[in-house]
Amino acid sequence: MLNLGADPWMTSKVMIATWETIYMVAVSTFFSYLVGLPLGVVLVATTEGHILENKGVNQVLGSIVNAVRSVPFIIFLILIIPLTRLVTGTFIGTVASIVPLTLAAIPFVARLVETSLKEIEWGLIEAALSMGANAWQVISKVLLPEAMPSLVLGVAITIINLVGYSAMAGIVGGGGLGTLAYYYGYQRYENGIMWITVILLLILVQLVQMLGDTLAAKISGRRR
Amino acid sequence: MIEVHKLTKVYTTPSQEIVALDNVSLSVEKGEIFGIIGLSGAGKSTLIRCINMLEKPTKGSVVIDGIDMTALQPRDLRTARQKIGMIFQHFNLLSSRTVFANVLFPLEIAGVPKKDAYKRVKELLELVGLADKAESYPSQLSGGQKQRVGIARALANSPKVLLSDEATSALDPQTTRSILDLLKDINRRFNLTILLITHDMNVIKESCDRVAVIDDSRIVELGRVIDVFSSPQTATSRSFVGNVINRELPDQLPRPPVGQIAGGVRRLLRVSFIGETAGKPLISSMIKKFDVDANILYGNIDRIKDTPFGYLTLEVSGSPDQVAESLSYLRGHGLEMEMIADA
Repeated sequence: MLNLGADPWMTSKVMIATWETIYMVAVSTFFSYLVGLPLGVVLVATTEGHILENKGVNQVLGSIVNAVRSVPFIIFLILIIPLTRLVTGTFIGTVASIVPLTLAAIPFVARLVETSLKEIEWGLIEAALSMGANAWQVISKVLLPEAMPSLVLGVAITIINLVGYSAMAGIVGGGGLGTLAYYYGYQRYENGIMWITVILLLILVQLVQMLGDTLAAKISGRRR
Repeated sequence: MIEVHKLTKVYTTPSQEIVALDNVSLSVEKGEIFGIIGLSGAGKSTLIRCINMLEKPTKGSVVIDGIDMTALQPRDLRTARQKIGMIFQHFNLLSSRTVFANVLFPLEIAGVPKKDAYKRVKELLELVGLADKAESYPSQLSGGQKQRVGIARALANSPKVLLSDEATSALDPQTTRSILDLLKDINRRFNLTILLITHDMNVIKESCDRVAVIDDSRIVELGRVIDVFSSPQTATSRSFVGNVINRELPDQLPRPPVGQIAGGVRRLLRVSFIGETAGKPLISSMIKKFDVDANILYGNIDRIKDTPFGYLTLEVSGSPDQVAESLSYLRGHGLEMEMIADA
């Protein structure tokens, strides 16, 4: 399918790099939601007047989220190398990249989830409370299902962001299309490779956005 | 069934304290439809939210069927809330769930076994006339249908009390009537106590047994709807009643001079008819009996819940004795009467 001047070696290089990018992004998306989703829920639920109002928890978590988000990813990547090494035993390669990608995406996901959940009308929460729902029931039966279309769009945005971050990680040896573009495209002036990675990233991002839009529309369409 | 005792709610903001409810007391009997009317900002919304503790009262108590709601621990409060249904102005249905699943929602919360819960949902959808809409989503329904789902949902756990928070305020007059009919039907069938708040005196007139008028965080008048309509005691009540039934003589009508006239006196009076007295020909028998002249200037007949009710503005003239006797004759037959002095 991919024909780079009939160079099978290069073709396989590109395919491996594409796979690495997909792998890194998929795994870090999964882990960032594993932590970011509950974190986003807690950020909403602990605000003043909400179901688990707790000013202290809200402020502490909010500050941590802001702190991580305010560090540019390329610096964050280098900053947490000791931690990455501790977790994966190395700081180079695809697996090692997953650590900074996940950690950087967690606060991003948390804020996205928070925004989605805040859009839900208070009346719905009040109705559930009036029926005797506890906090967990409000979260699992009202907040998350009602926000589902918006949450799905958030996942698409997160993935697209992580594709971008993964390319940055690639520059410091993170693997994937970023590394490929940097080594061959930048350091060896192979413009063709550069363009191919750009096009592949473009296709990847388009696909993810389309998938997200379709899924979100499908969910809200069923309700319409 | 509901005892509200000296309820006060104060909202504290950094700059000021806002009193939303000031020492409010009322008591709702079992099986009664009790209305609370007030303009927006009067405190009625806060009041109804204090009944099921969606708002925590600052002072005072709310006792429902013997349970002091203000003293409950969170867990017990949640259990108590399962027996207090609530319906809302904007319905507050979950858009992620079908009609069926929306009605199922409170049963899930209460942990009712699936089989019983499904059976109950079917019954309720029959009751509100939406059995054919079970698989629809709320967005596919009209406002009236949405409120019917809201009612079915509120009744799911067989509550002791139904709280209605402006349930008809977002509906057109015809739909409002059908929703009120449904509420009255439920009230009669299950002897369910209903507490409703509204800013629309028509809602009170059509559905309530008793009414409390709330103004500026205080209850200014409380009584049977019939009594408040026939002789409202405060300016607020008069204005609410006036929105539904015009008590005052329209300005365009010529007003005859009252007091001493040639050959006797002339009085201008407003008579209100309630219930069976509305059906009797009292005016004509008064004319025959006392030989006075009576002229009907203005009248209005309506219905309060199920009781006929009307006002008549009447000019009576004759000799002073005859006029006095005819007035006491009317009074003796149970008519509410009021002299219009300044006419």
